[in-house]
Amino acid sequence: MLDVLLALVPATLFGIYRFGMEAAVLIAACMATAVLAEWLFQKAMKKKSTVGDLSALVTGLLLALNLPSGLPVWMACLGSLFAIVVVKQLFGGLGQNFMNPALAARCFLLISFTGRMTDFGTVDGVSSATPLMQLKSGGIVNIWDMFLGTGIGGTIGEVSAVAILMGAAYLLIRKVISIRIPAAYLGSFAIFILIYRLFGGYGLDWAFLAAHLCGGGLMLGAFFMATDYVTSPITKTGKLIFGIVLGILTALFRLLGGSAEGVSYAIILGNLLVPLIEKVTLPRAFGKEGRIRG
Amino acid sequence: MNRYVERIYNGIVKENPTFVLMLGMCPTLAVTTSAVNGVGMGLTTTAVLVCSNFVISLFRKVIPDRVRIPAYIVIVASLVTMVQLLLQGYLPDLYETLGLYIPLIVVNCIILGRAESYASKHGPILSALDGVGMGLGFTVGLTSIGIVRELLGSGKILGMTVLPDAVEPISIFVLAPGAFFVLAGLTALQNHFKAPSATNKAEGKKSGCSGQCISCQNALCREDKREGDK
Repeated sequence: MLDVLLALVPATLFGIYRFGMEAAVLIAACMATAVLAEWLFQKAMKKKSTVGDLSALVTGLLLALNLPSGLPVWMACLGSLFAIVVVKQLFGGLGQNFMNPALAARCFLLISFTGRMTDFGTVDGVSSATPLMQLKSGGIVNIWDMFLGTGIGGTIGEVSAVAILMGAAYLLIRKVISIRIPAAYLGSFAIFILIYRLFGGYGLDWAFLAAHLCGGGLMLGAFFMATDYVTSPITKTGKLIFGIVLGILTALFRLLGGSAEGVSYAIILGNLLVPLIEKVTLPRAFGKEGRIRG
Repeated sequence: MNRYVERIYNGIVKENPTFVLMLGMCPTLAVTTSAVNGVGMGLTTTAVLVCSNFVISLFRKVIPDRVRIPAYIVIVASLVTMVQLLLQGYLPDLYETLGLYIPLIVVNCIILGRAESYASKHGPILSALDGVGMGLGFTVGLTSIGIVRELLGSGKILGMTVLPDAVEPISIFVLAPGAFFVLAGLTALQNHFKAPSATNKAEGKKSGCSGQCISCQNALCREDKREGDK
């Protein structure tokens, strides 16, 4: 868990640099609430405290990175509380949650406070839509800006693709996560987007693909959320299937859905499929004969 | 407590259809976006339930066992149609809000459940009182869910705004997921405070259940009874 925290440092620092004190306060509030909620809940339920495993800190940080910087602090705290108490602790704590707590909380906030959650304030004096919103309405985006994270709107942690990739590289080198899920996710997503554009009459539209890959929460989701041990399959084939499902869902939501972003919903939907995916991909135990009957 | 009062107490508290028996979940989750809707749905169901229990109890010796469910449905459906027309005539606002869920009362599990497990075995007066108790229990359940959802989800109580503007209502609570959150939360509270109910173990066999109620479908209660029989 410490590794994940370290890996999130570049994205966090960039978010604070980009959005200023507001973002720092929001991040601190989310992490503090998450830890406090976990400690209090376990105290109240007379369970052993697991605050020391840092998982609550990770949840709080991931949630904060998924929020727009202008969100009122109490809403962020409410989200954190929801993530820890409802999604994680009520289902039995770390290792038992059926979907990613941070993402579930983000969706909770997104449904509850739609206006606030999609209000990304003004960037450099101009009221900003996220690059994805601009793409959706047929606008032109600067891909280099999207890659670096400068001059574009978005949530605190998602703006800079390069900062996220640095963290992801650290996780991959330390072997905390395997490349299977992110690769299958991004790969299937890219193929789907290319095919969609091809049939839309744009030919092989690499610029559109690059914008979609760097835009929104895709990188953050693919490397930090979809790879969550608890809510992703453990089998190797399962990981690939899981990634492909996420890629197709995300592309569908983004291209054909009502809102510009679809990573969160795709991942929590994918989380729900994990038990089924594991059931089909569980390898046959050595010495067992015949086909597995589920 | 005489057995007439006991029926009403049983319906509202011990075998509360919403929090203990978990019956009639469809209207419970769907229409409780505000307290008024909850009361409306609850009372409409109560009206149907009292009449259906009474009529079914009157006919209980005439209805052949094999076709009892169709027979019950015919009785309930006629009553629901009457209530629906009355609502449409006199309370058009409520009729509009509840919409599809009024005709759906026909297949409400509480009504069929009480017909099957109580009205078909007891006299008309007791059955009608059982309907009153169950109906009021349902109303209480729906109303309390409605109050919580209305307060959290739109910042109002009975249509009056109570939360200050600074606090934005958490609109997920008036949507479908909120219904599940609130129902689960209130049921957990009811269990936590060990409200006297047919399923809370502490109450045990004192619950006035003779092993025939719907909640006795669950094994725990049956075992209790079996032990009692020995």
